[in-house]
Amino acid sequence: MQGPMRRRPAAKPKNAGKTIGRLLKYMFRYKLHLTIAAASVIVSSAANVAGTYFLKPIINQYIVPLIGNKDPDLSGFASIIILLGMIYILGVVATYTFNRLMLNISAGILYKMRVDLFTHMESLPIRYFDAHTHGELMSRYTNDIDTLREMMGRGMPNLFSSALTVTGVFVMMLVLSPLLTVLAVLMLILMLYVIRKIGGRSAIFFKNQQKEIGKVNGYVEEMVEGQKVIKVFSHEDTVKGEFERLNEELCKAATSAHTFANILMPVMGNLSYIHYALTAAVGAVMTIEGYLDVGTIASFLQYSRSFAHPITQASQQLNSILSALAGAERIFEVLDEKPETDEGYIELVHIEKRENGEIVETMNPTGMWAWKHPDWEAGARYTEVTGDVRFEGISFGYNKNEIVLKGISLYAKPGQKIAFVGSTGAGKTTITNLINRFYDVPDGEITYDGININKIKKADLRRSLSMVLQDTHLFTGTVMENIRYGRLDASDDDVIKAAKLANAHSFISHLPQGYNTMLTSDGANLSQGQRQLLAIARAAVADPPVLILDEATSSIDTRTEALIEKGMDTLMEGRTVFVIAHRLSTVRNSNAIMVLEDGRIIERGDHEDLIKMQGKYYQLYTGMFELS
Amino acid sequence: MLKKLLPCLGEYKKYALLTPVMVIGEVILEIFLPLIMSKIIDVGIRNGDTGYVFKMGALMVLMALLALLFGVLSGRFAAVAGMGFGKGLRKRLFDKIQEFSFANIDKFSTASLITRVTADVTNTQQAFMMIIRMFVRAPVMLVSATIMAIAINAKLALIFLIAIPVMGIALYSIAAKAYPRFQAMLKKYDGMNASVQENLIAIRVVKAFVRENHEREKFIDAANAVRETQIKAEKLLILSMPIMQLVMYGCMISISWFGGRMIIGGTLLTGELMGFISYVMQILISLMMISFIFVMIVISRASVLRIIEIIDEEIDIRDKVGDSGLRAENGSIVFDNVTFSYSKSSENPTLSNISFEIKSGETIGIIGGTGSGKTSLVQLIPRLYDVTEGRVLVGGYDVRDYTLDTLRDAVAMVLQKNVLFSGTIKENLKWGNKNATDEEIEEACKAAQAHDFIVSFSEGYETFLGQGGVNVSGGQKQRLCIARALLKKPKIIILDDSTSAVDTATDSKIRQAFRDKLSDVTTIIIAQRIASVCDADKIIVMDDGKIDAIGTHEELLATNSIYREVYESQQKGVA
Repeated sequence: MQGPMRRRPAAKPKNAGKTIGRLLKYMFRYKLHLTIAAASVIVSSAANVAGTYFLKPIINQYIVPLIGNKDPDLSGFASIIILLGMIYILGVVATYTFNRLMLNISAGILYKMRVDLFTHMESLPIRYFDAHTHGELMSRYTNDIDTLREMMGRGMPNLFSSALTVTGVFVMMLVLSPLLTVLAVLMLILMLYVIRKIGGRSAIFFKNQQKEIGKVNGYVEEMVEGQKVIKVFSHEDTVKGEFERLNEELCKAATSAHTFANILMPVMGNLSYIHYALTAAVGAVMTIEGYLDVGTIASFLQYSRSFAHPITQASQQLNSILSALAGAERIFEVLDEKPETDEGYIELVHIEKRENGEIVETMNPTGMWAWKHPDWEAGARYTEVTGDVRFEGISFGYNKNEIVLKGISLYAKPGQKIAFVGSTGAGKTTITNLINRFYDVPDGEITYDGININKIKKADLRRSLSMVLQDTHLFTGTVMENIRYGRLDASDDDVIKAAKLANAHSFISHLPQGYNTMLTSDGANLSQGQRQLLAIARAAVADPPVLILDEATSSIDTRTEALIEKGMDTLMEGRTVFVIAHRLSTVRNSNAIMVLEDGRIIERGDHEDLIKMQGKYYQLYTGMFELS
Repeated sequence: MLKKLLPCLGEYKKYALLTPVMVIGEVILEIFLPLIMSKIIDVGIRNGDTGYVFKMGALMVLMALLALLFGVLSGRFAAVAGMGFGKGLRKRLFDKIQEFSFANIDKFSTASLITRVTADVTNTQQAFMMIIRMFVRAPVMLVSATIMAIAINAKLALIFLIAIPVMGIALYSIAAKAYPRFQAMLKKYDGMNASVQENLIAIRVVKAFVRENHEREKFIDAANAVRETQIKAEKLLILSMPIMQLVMYGCMISISWFGGRMIIGGTLLTGELMGFISYVMQILISLMMISFIFVMIVISRASVLRIIEIIDEEIDIRDKVGDSGLRAENGSIVFDNVTFSYSKSSENPTLSNISFEIKSGETIGIIGGTGSGKTSLVQLIPRLYDVTEGRVLVGGYDVRDYTLDTLRDAVAMVLQKNVLFSGTIKENLKWGNKNATDEEIEEACKAAQAHDFIVSFSEGYETFLGQGGVNVSGGQKQRLCIARALLKKPKIIILDDSTSAVDTATDSKIRQAFRDKLSDVTTIIIAQRIASVCDADKIIVMDDGKIDAIGTHEELLATNSIYREVYESQQKGVA
């Protein structure tokens, strides 16, 4: 029984040997199982092959001589039959054992690979995710691991048992009749030649088919995603026409590919019948001339029938094994990617302050934090986290050719609200990406409470910041769990408090199961505004020293935003906040506003200062009011 | 069930019928081979007749060659029929989806629609192809092999009477028990993949909140669940091979024993026994094929059902039969006591008792809180959804009186979620009007304030946009979508929060351009900023699915509390 009906691409691995080697490492944990499995498959194939041999002695020694005998002594016959029965039973048990073991082994290996893949993926830098589409990465987990599973659970075992069977059959044929074996070898050569020819053409066409499938799938994806736009522009007929064209191309390619795949079995099967026919004829003539006997022919004929099947199976398996290896290679590529580098050694800890001003580390969440420098001689040194963030002449680009930030310097005093404004693409989100060390700066320095952020452990740095990003993302789970994501040890009360702060509490209470309502597929059952309120609550519950809000309220109407603002003010007290927004109402009461243009800060000051300057900020701001 | 899909075969029907014919030919030829072989033994060897042996041998080879030809033809025809079927299915589904209204689209998520057109069609097509080959081969082989075996020796053939049902029952019970286990495994599998996808999309959130370990724990649980259910399901399936082997070997032994005794007793010939054994093999193989077919039907059943679901879906919004001559003469809009709900069963309608009039050429602003019904309202104008009660009139006629094409030519809408397609900027813009000249395109872009940034790209209008338009910023995307809509030269243009990512200065330039160049086009603007709508001819204030007030900026400031609140919150702190 097969898994999902898919013809896999006949992709070849770049370095099959190396990939097999790495796969073997995964299999190594199961070496005991594998040994028993190997023994079982040998026994199983041997039993099968041996059983067919028995026809010869049965016919020659126990049947033919007794023909015509009125009162035959069947004891010998009976014992050989019983012997045959026992061999067969052994074979059946071995078959079962083999398959069962392979199941456990393949399931276990896949599990380990999946977990390794996921764990490693989580550690990769953001750059990697920018460079690879979701579809690509997902297909590692689905397509590539599925193919591996087929290979390990069915492909490899079948290949081995086929190979063993063919070898066994060949050996037995030699034992029975070398002459007839010559005939068999000639047929074998012919069959292999045919396989190569058909297989070769098949592979080319399958590659073609894959290409066309990619085109069709890509087109379908794009059009269905944009279906509403198609309707609005009445573009349906054009789209249908283009699809028809792609569909036709796919059909042509697929038909060729499958024709070759389909004819393999009939061709091989009937070649084997030709072999059967020739064996019968030649064998009969030899028997008439006295060189052979009927028993031998009987066995040999059976063997000739069981020659073709394993060979065809093996050749089919070979293709799927190759594409499984190609998939494994892609998986190993991901596993080999370098994870996020983190040379930081400074940690974030909770602290208590004694009356004499001394700072002491504590396990309790006190709401006060400090950076802990491990100092080998004097024990640890602590620097209190106040939220003092400075950029010194930072220049940065996502890739070498496009520099997004040019010589940015800024200074956020603890507890201040700093706003970034500017046209799209000016560099505002990039700045927050850098504070967070989603990307690392090669030039200049970013300091946090006087410490170079590269010296702080990434996990600790990020724990000290709370972000509400431009694209809200929620996870499958209850509303409570999603908000609790900000701080896993938050109590239900903490969560509700945070929700109230973000003014999410009232809409949550109106949901069918309130806080226990399940959210699915990125919160599809909520409106954009509601999702953002949840994201704000999530950030609130994290209770961090520094808060970053990136276009956090752009999908919320100004009425609701006003309601949130009150809560935000409380949330922002005593913390440093960076706000990025298009809406000037949001930035109006910031302590400092930085106006970015083309990667540079061109104006800075508070709202009054900037209005007086009558520069870019003034223009952006007054563009808002066109009172007639 | 399959009957619904058969029309998709179309011109390939004859191949689908030819395939089993070829298969039958092949099988019948193959069936006779063991018989001839037994004759070679019983007649040729017994009588020492070499000539007879050669004659029969040549006959066998000829038959095998003929069978080979039939086999190749059946393979070819099956491929043609199968892939043709797939093509037909894809076309049917895709075309049907193109006819879907927004409500139909909402019902199935886009992801599920995509899977149905791609993966489900592939599953179905593969199953179909295999079935037309094996569905005939297996029973024909089974029946003919059994007949031949009975013809050789009916008594010995009794062994099959036991073997076949035993194997049938065993395989069936395994399949029946395994099926629900496989369903369970697939569910866990989907769940695991969904969580991977979530992580991929939200990786920034995961890293920002340092939740890597937490996610890892979640994933390990999911992967473990998959492993366990997989083993549980497959360990049943694994039983099928040993059972088949057991039955096969059992048959071999019984036939050898009883057949042997019959040969000794003279009621059977050696050659006949050998032929019998060959037929046993054929019978058992055909039984295995039958079980395989059932398995395939089961696996593809889910896919077939999903495809049928789409085909059976009733289209929500259709053209009224007959009238295609009606054209919108002007951009006047009337809402006459409109009530609307997204779902028929909903108790609280999304819009209730909406009535207002807009004269052709007016500029209307719509303001309201999240969920107040603004988007729902405007989507009724180009009939993206139909009203539940009441009427919407455009150009003096009910929107349902126009054909959808004509209506949507006259009403251009820039949706909240802006989608551009892979292709050059120019190609995307031409969606508005495929015959637009370069001057017209430039003019529309200038009005939408897009021209400047387009020419700043090295390829200008020929710049290639990747899927979803990834290489332009949010604000640029919005402006391109506005330009695209302008190219339609519509009577009515609706902008649904289309300038949210555009800065205020650019926004006001766009509105200025609209005022100057599109003064005879009815413009409806949904926005969050008062500044975007304050100079409209009329502003509609929406609240909770109803119209709270309609008036000019000054009137509303004076009389409407909601409007005032919004205005003041956006005004805070001005000197």
